[in-house]
Parts: sequence; structure tokens; C-alpha cells
Amino acid sequence: MRRALHPTVWAFLAWLLLLGVNLAFTPGFFSIEVRDGRFYGSLIDVLNHSSPVLLAALGMTLVIATKGVDLSVGSVVAISGAVAALMVTKGQAPLPTILAVSVGVGLALGLWNGLLVSVFGIQPMVATLVLMVSGRGIAQLLTDGQIITFQDPGLASVAGGSLLGLPNPVVVAACGLGVVAALARWTAFGTMVESVGDNERAAHLAGVPTRWVKLGAYAVCGVGSAIAGLIVCSYTKAADANNAGLYLELDAILAVVAGGTAMTGGRFTLVGTVVGALILQTLTTTILTKGVPVQWTLVVKAVAVLVVCLLQSDPFRRTVLSRRSAA
Amino acid sequence: MKAFRRSNLPVWATLVVFVLAVTAASLRYEHFFSFDVFLNLLRDNAFLGLAAIGVTFVILSGGIDLSVGAMIGFVGVFCATLMNAGVPGSAAILLALAVGTLVGLGMGSLVAFYDLPPFLVTLAGMFLLRGMALVISMEALRIDDPLFQALGHSKWVAPGLLIAVLLLGVYLANFRPFGRAVYAVGGNEQSALLMGLPVRRTKVLVYGLSGFCSSLGGVVFAFYTLSGNANSGMTLELDAIAAAVIGGTLLTGGVGHLFGTLLGVLILGTIQTVISFEGTLSSWWTRIAVGLLLLAFIGLQKLFQAGRSETP
Amino acid sequence: MRGIRKQFPGVVALDGVDFTLRGGEIHSLMGENGAGKSTLIKVLTGVYPPDSGTIELDGRPIRPRSAHDAVELGISTVYQEVNLVPYLSVAENFVLGREPRRFGRIDWREANRRAAEALGRLEVRVDPSSSLGSHSLAVQQMVAIARALDQNARILVLDEPTSSLDAREVERLFEVMRRLRAEGLGILFVSHFLDQVFAVSDRFTVLRNGRLVGEMPARGTTRLQLVSLMLGRDVDEETLAKRPDPAGPAAPMVEARGLGRRGSVEGLDFSVAPGETVGLAGLLGSGRTESARLLFGAERADRGDLKLDGRRIRVRSPRHALRLRFGFCPEDRKTSGIVPNLSVRENIILALQARRGWLRRLSLRRQREIADRFIRALGIATPDAEKPVGTLSGGNQQKVILARWLASEPRFLILDEPTRGIDVGSKAEIERLMADLRREGLAILFISSELEEVVRNCHRVCVLRDRRQVGLLEGDRVDAGAILRTIAGGGEDA
Repeated sequence: MRRALHPTVWAFLAWLLLLGVNLAFTPGFFSIEVRDGRFYGSLIDVLNHSSPVLLAALGMTLVIATKGVDLSVGSVVAISGAVAALMVTKGQAPLPTILAVSVGVGLALGLWNGLLVSVFGIQPMVATLVLMVSGRGIAQLLTDGQIITFQDPGLASVAGGSLLGLPNPVVVAACGLGVVAALARWTAFGTMVESVGDNERAAHLAGVPTRWVKLGAYAVCGVGSAIAGLIVCSYTKAADANNAGLYLELDAILAVVAGGTAMTGGRFTLVGTVVGALILQTLTTTILTKGVPVQWTLVVKAVAVLVVCLLQSDPFRRTVLSRRSAA
Repeated sequence: MKAFRRSNLPVWATLVVFVLAVTAASLRYEHFFSFDVFLNLLRDNAFLGLAAIGVTFVILSGGIDLSVGAMIGFVGVFCATLMNAGVPGSAAILLALAVGTLVGLGMGSLVAFYDLPPFLVTLAGMFLLRGMALVISMEALRIDDPLFQALGHSKWVAPGLLIAVLLLGVYLANFRPFGRAVYAVGGNEQSALLMGLPVRRTKVLVYGLSGFCSSLGGVVFAFYTLSGNANSGMTLELDAIAAAVIGGTLLTGGVGHLFGTLLGVLILGTIQTVISFEGTLSSWWTRIAVGLLLLAFIGLQKLFQAGRSETP
Repeated sequence: MRGIRKQFPGVVALDGVDFTLRGGEIHSLMGENGAGKSTLIKVLTGVYPPDSGTIELDGRPIRPRSAHDAVELGISTVYQEVNLVPYLSVAENFVLGREPRRFGRIDWREANRRAAEALGRLEVRVDPSSSLGSHSLAVQQMVAIARALDQNARILVLDEPTSSLDAREVERLFEVMRRLRAEGLGILFVSHFLDQVFAVSDRFTVLRNGRLVGEMPARGTTRLQLVSLMLGRDVDEETLAKRPDPAGPAAPMVEARGLGRRGSVEGLDFSVAPGETVGLAGLLGSGRTESARLLFGAERADRGDLKLDGRRIRVRSPRHALRLRFGFCPEDRKTSGIVPNLSVRENIILALQARRGWLRRLSLRRQREIADRFIRALGIATPDAEKPVGTLSGGNQQKVILARWLASEPRFLILDEPTRGIDVGSKAEIERLMADLRREGLAILFISSELEEVVRNCHRVCVLRDRRQVGLLEGDRVDAGAILRTIAGGGEDA
């Protein structure tokens, strides 16, 4: 049998297919206007709205590569949004401080997860489940059960503003990608992550600092989620402890897996995660612009997930290919 | 089957916690420690308990099922719509159970035949069910059916169903080859395969079982609330998994007991009740308390695992 | 089996191999790693379908398509890793898939009884309701064999069953095998231990590079003939009985005094100087691997001293050991050695990179240089350095791990069973390598259960028994007999 195509290639083809559908059936999907020095268009929307998922998914890629998973991403989004909204409505702190504190909270939460997993040896799904379950309770505690709205233009510009014509979230996500990519490929961190996920005992005996590697992966995930939380909160100009980032962790995991990183850990691909996030968002945007009722979004997402997983599954490809060759 | 084997210790711990929780609550609130309250506890949490039993089976086999919460929402809307169209309540129930089981079997097939990760398949299942529920109806629907009303008003039906399913589940797990196969597949799938166990069939069936249990939970929820709402059961899967973990089930599979899960459900229910009794505490403390409890039990499991012998 | 051919991407594992097993015989399948032994077994037991060729049982063609099929046909296999479920009880494992039923429910009393009875016939007495994982690997293996027998096996395939057994357990296994042979079973025995193979086999089949190169009765074949067939060249008796060149005088580099850890191993007392090789010998379970792990920091010692260049040190972790320029090739390369999905190159540079830290990444060019150098030096058989290590044969994987540690330029190298489960050819290469390293001034701790290897390669031998050091042999007191006697203890039967 010929060598299998890399899963990321399948994902990219899937995305191109989606774009193709839009090219054929959605007039004006690819049109980009420039107004007041800023780009507008469906494509820009896709990039814009996929930013929170991407930011969370970048860290999630590293975590999944260490054979772990972080289910608390959505809760971190809620908490960081709550912190930012609180600071902006109750205090006089300047914007940079607010941003730093929110991100710091995300870092702390990420380290908490990392601590449970690497130092206490708790299974990642269970360890992050703790924060996933209690996190929204914590966020509600912070907001006193209310949805906090704010007017502050500074915080609002995080999602609303633009740089070089691109919406801020896109810029932030691109920077995030750059930073994580540099971390993964320009330092030995990426190889260490892959070795830990592939065979932790062997990596440990080879002198790889497995605890720190895992801690680092969860920390990056926490930071990414906190930044995503800032964007979400800034976009809605509110902190909704119940709904902010709801199921975001699932979208992030989907993006990672659809992009070609296996949940069994080991090799990972950041480019794949980007493609995965784009697929998810393009799907959603396509549905909306076509006027399909929003409740179908979930159904379509479900089908998309299954299709991508099946395409990446060896047994499936074997069955399909053998049938074709027998015909 | 030795009750005092090492692997059972966490379940005894769960029992201790439950007893402590109930004792503390009954010291605080005069009318807590009564049969009525206990029955209500079972009744209020029957839907969660049913879903948790199904989820426990799946976890025992080494998998996971994230779709149980969405199933509850779907079944509610499904039944309500059928009955509002004139279908009798009993038929609606049977249809709902059938659909739920089929969905479960479908997910199980994908996991078993194409090696797809259970996390993702049941995630897709969750999206699918939630989405279909919303497609059927975006708003909550009222249920007027006399059968449902009767079932809902009865104090005994829900608890009875829960206990019955639990006992059946225990029988299945310990006294039928299927149950042993589930434990074996979860304990060491490679070995189970080499021993000639029907691994694929077991996997397919276990997800079907979970689909059945969660759709039954959905039915119970429907006659309990007498309404069908697509958004019901949001994050219920978390509570079900938490109940299983608190009850001593290892997420890696192969270890766990259904009685433990029931205790886990009861503990969750007790916490919820206490917090709502206690007027000053707001509802979000439940989530925090559950999180802490989860943490405590995970720590406990770790301690027990440290003492257990490991095979080379 | 006739004309079996099986091909995997890039390699022909079996090329038209014939194999015949008669009822009532113990037949050993011999061959180096990569010769095709495990592939042939997997074809026989239904794990792989052959690309071409036929299999006949009692003259009727069969085509097992799964392990289950094979068991139904009467072909049972007991693997090296004992594929059972450790969480479940002994009885549960015994009856799994064939539980005795009463009124539709599983009858556990009956299951326990049957398990106890079957195990009793193999002279194993354990509580059937105890969990399997709480017993030794030898007992678990017996449970696996009992299970196979209970399933009316007519052919029993034993794949490296003795690797983790001590001498007593091996003898017990052989008794069982002989008894089964008398009952008419055909037994396919795969092992790398030449002594054992000669002790128990009736016939040999030798594979080399995927082809059948010989089939002969055991009686009348010498070890030399067998090894020559397996290697494809002659091995002179001389190399089988050498002693290492004495090392030049040098101050000890690593000294252990009373080193130990409660519950693990105690009383380690030896020293190794640059250019010396010290051996660690003892029965399985005597604490050899534990000693290695202790020295390397994989476990922390809680008593005794360790000195490096005269200074007392405490090895805190493998990372620390790496910084001290120690190296460690673990015994179990599959679980503790190779990172299977990473390439040969990445595996080789892993320890070196770990020591440099995550910030100072080795450039890709440098990585390739290092990898190529060691691929050539150790003769690692791989088309290129980017292949995932998991696809290599056992012997080559071992070489990759060795390369990993050599790349980190250690001063003290601990080798735990480096030649276990690899072919005779690679074994010789590794021994040659050790001699080279000795000349370069490396201090080596060599752990092996093959006493001749130990004698051939070590200047001094530490003997362990029951988790304690019981003797230290030097100079011409080092010979296989002396080691055995020390292990057994003075005055008792060896």
C-alpha cells in the first residue's frame, strides 16, 4: 500500500474543499473591502472569530502532545474575562496592568493543572476536570453571579481594534502562533514534548526534564486560554461566567486533532492546529452566511468532526481503498 | 468475588464520605435524616444516576461518553414533540429508548471498527444530539401526556427505576461474560484481544448500553420536569463522570464498581440539597464543592494506587 | 506451513519459508533478530495473513484470521509479555471468555475451582481469587499456559517464555513442556538461550534473513553448527572463552560502599576505574536492574555511599546522572529505552540534547552529523536516519540506545542486559564495542544473565543474591562456575 498522506494534508484539503464550496455557492465570500484603513469581508471574519479557539488550541497542541488534555480551557476563559471585567469596572488600573493580571491568572491556573499532572501524577483528564467543574463556580464567585458589562474603550479595543488593517484578535493570534512555534521548533522544547508524549519513561531515563516539560505545556495552554478569554470578553464587552468560552475546550481539542496531532501524544503539528481552527470557523461562517438556521451549526460540526476523524483513521482508509480496488 | 480486595477500597472510602456527609447534614438540619428525604434524593437525581451508570460501563471498558447530557435534552424534546403530535406516552418512551440505544451503538461502532478516539466520537455525538434537539425545537415544550404526568407524580417510579437498573447493571458486570469482557478490555485491551475476547463487539455494545441508560435518564427527566427542553442536561456529562470517579472508577478503565457510582451520585445530590437548604450559599458553590470533592477523591485514588503492585 | 511469504513496507520478512511441526515434539525456532521468527509465529497464530503460501493442520488447509481463530483451531500462544489482565483475579483471567455458567449467570465458585485445579497440575499454588498483578511474572506465565491448555490446545507456541524466569522456574517450565509433549502436543519453542534450547528441543528450524536455512534433529547437532547456521559464518570456539585485556592501573572512578535502598537492593560494594568493566551477576530478581537504577538516579539510595573521583555524591535523578556523565542502557528497551515514533536521529541525540537544556538546541546539521556517525560506527541497519525507531528490529533498537549514550560522551556507562533478545551477530558486535570503549578509558558496569558473557567481558564480577551483594570475584577467580557457586551460596547445591 502506498504511504499514507500526512493527516494535516487531509485537513488542508478539507479546508480547501470548504473554501471551494463557498467559491461556488456564496457570492462575495472572498471579497475583501478596505474601509478606513481596515479590511472587511467574510474571510476576515473567519480569521477574526477563529482567534480565540486558535489561541487556546496552540497550548492544547502541546498538552495533547504530552499525552495529556486540558478540559479546563473554557473555565479559564470565563475566569480571565471575569477578572478583566472586574478590574476595569471597579478600579483605575491602566489597561496593560489589567491585561497582565488576566494573563497572569491564566498562567497560574495552567501551572495548577500542570502541577496536578506532573508533580502529583494525576491523570490529565481527571486533573483538568477539577478546574473544568469548579472553574465556572469560581468565575461566578468573582462576578457575584452577575454578568458584568463595561464600557471601557481600552479593553473593548482588544477585540474591536485593528492593526495594519487586520482585526486585533487576528494579530494577537498570529503573534501567539509565532511565539509558540519558536518555542517548539527553535528550542529543544518541541522535541522534548514529543519524546515525553511518545514514551515518558524513556525520555525520563534519557535525562529529559519530563516534569518541567509537562508543566510548561499546561502553562502555555493556560496563558493561551486567558488571552482567548480577554478577546471573548472584549468582544462582548461583558463577562458572562456561565457562557463565556462554553465548550471552547472541545473546539480547541477538535482543532488540534483535525489538524493531525493524535490524542495518543508524541508528534504534533502547529500548522495542523491552525488549519483545524480555520476549518471549524469556516464551517460556522459558511453556515451562517448561507442563512442556515443556527441550530444546524452543531449538527454540521458533528458531521465535520466525524468526517475528519474518519479520513485520518487507518482502518477506515483501508476499507474504503480496498473496496475501490476490488471494484 | 472478594469484597475486601484492594481495588474495592476506594469504594469503601466513598461510602464513608457519603455517611459523613449525610451525618453532617442531618446534624445541621433536623429533618434531613429521614426516609422521605432519602427517597427524594434518589428521585431528584435518578436521571443523573441512570446516565452515570451507563457512563461507568463505558469508562470501565477504557472509553468515555460525553454525549449523555445532550441525550437527555434530545430525548426530552423528542418525546414532547411526539406526544404533542398525538403519539401515546408509552410509544414515545419506547421510541426514545430505541433511538438512544441506536445512537449509542452507532458511536460504539465508529470506536470499535475505525479505531476513532472515544473522546472525539462521543463529542460528535454530543454535538449531533444537541443540534438535533435544537432543530426539533428551539423553545421548551410542555408535556401534557397522562402517562408522563402519572409517572412524574409518583414518588417511587424514578427511584425504583434507578435501583432496578443499578441491580441489573451489577448483575451484568459481575455475572455475565459481557461484563467481564468490559473489565478485561478496559484493563488491558491488547491482552483481551489476544485472549480471543470479542473486543469489538464488547465496545459496540457498551456504548449502546450507555445510550440506553442515558436515554432512559432522559425519559425520567422528561416526566420529572414535564417539559422537553433542548438545553437540558448541559454539562450533565461532567457530573456523571465526576460521580463515577468519586465512586472509585478509574478513568483508564478496568477498575470500578457501579455501587460506587451510585454513592457518587448520592453525594453530589446531597451537596446540592445542602447548598440549597443553606440559604446563604449561592448555587455556584455546588460547582466548587464538587471540584474539591473530585480533587480529594483523586488524591485518595492516587494513594491507593501507590500501594498497589505494578506489573512489569 | 509451506512457502510462506510476508512482506511489509520496505522489508520482506518471510521469503518462501517452510515449517513443519509434528505432534509430540518440542521444536525450536531459531534465528537472529530480523530473521523472521516472530513474523512466522504471527502468521501461524492468525495475527498476520500471509501474502502467499499455505498452512495445513493435520493435512487440512487452514487460514486463521485472528488470534481467536487460531485458538479455536487449537493453536495457543503464550507470549513473552504474558498477555493477561493484571487487574482481574487469577481465576478470572483463567476463564475469561469461557466462564462456567449456572442458570445464565457466571459461577465464580466453579471458576475458582477449575483455575486452582489447572494450576495445581502445573504445580502452582496460588489463591485463584487474588489479583493476577500481585504475582510474579513466572506465576502469571503459568496461568497463561494453564489457560492455553484448558482451551484444548494441540499446538502450544511459547515465545521467549524464559526471559524473565529464574533457573528453578525454567526447569519447572521444561518439565511441563516434556509432560505435554508426552501427551501428544506439538510445542513451538522460541528462545535465545542456546543452553535451554539444547536442553529441551527435539528439532530445530533455523531462519536467516527471512529464509529457511536449516531444519535438523537436536541430537547430533553441535552448538557450533547451530550458531554457524544462524550467523551464516563460522564462529571460532576461541571467542567463546576469552577474558578481557587487563586494564591499566588507574584510580577508581566510581565507588559504591554499602549502597542501597530499602526494599530495593542493599550492600552494593564495588569500584570501577576508567578502562575497567565490572559485571553484575545474579539470578532474576536478585536486584541487578535495581542496582543499575540506583546508580543512575532513577531511584534514590537511602543508605551507603557513592563516590565519584573520590568525592561523595548523591545521584538525584537521571538528569543529574547525565550531568555527571553517566549513561544507562536500560534492560527493557521497549518501555524504557526507545521513543518509538521519533526518528533514529532524534533518539540518538536525545540525551545529549537533554544535557544541553531546552534553550540550546542542536542544529539540524549537527544532529544529522552525530546520527550518521553512530549509524556507521555501530552498524545500525536502517535505510536512513529519519525512520521511526519503532520500525527497527530489536537488535538495532538496542544499538540506537547505545548510540544515544555514546553520543553524550559518558565516563561511566551502565549496560543492563544489552544483548538480551538480540541476535548472535549483534551480540558479538556489542562485545567488540565494549572492548573499544574499555580502551578509550570508559568505566563500564555490565549486567547480564548469560554468565559466559560476563566472564568474557568483565575484570571483576559482583554477585547478587536476593537483593544483596554476596560476593566480589576478581582476576582468575572469575569463571562461570565460580559465579554460579557464589550465587548459590557456599556448600549448597548450585
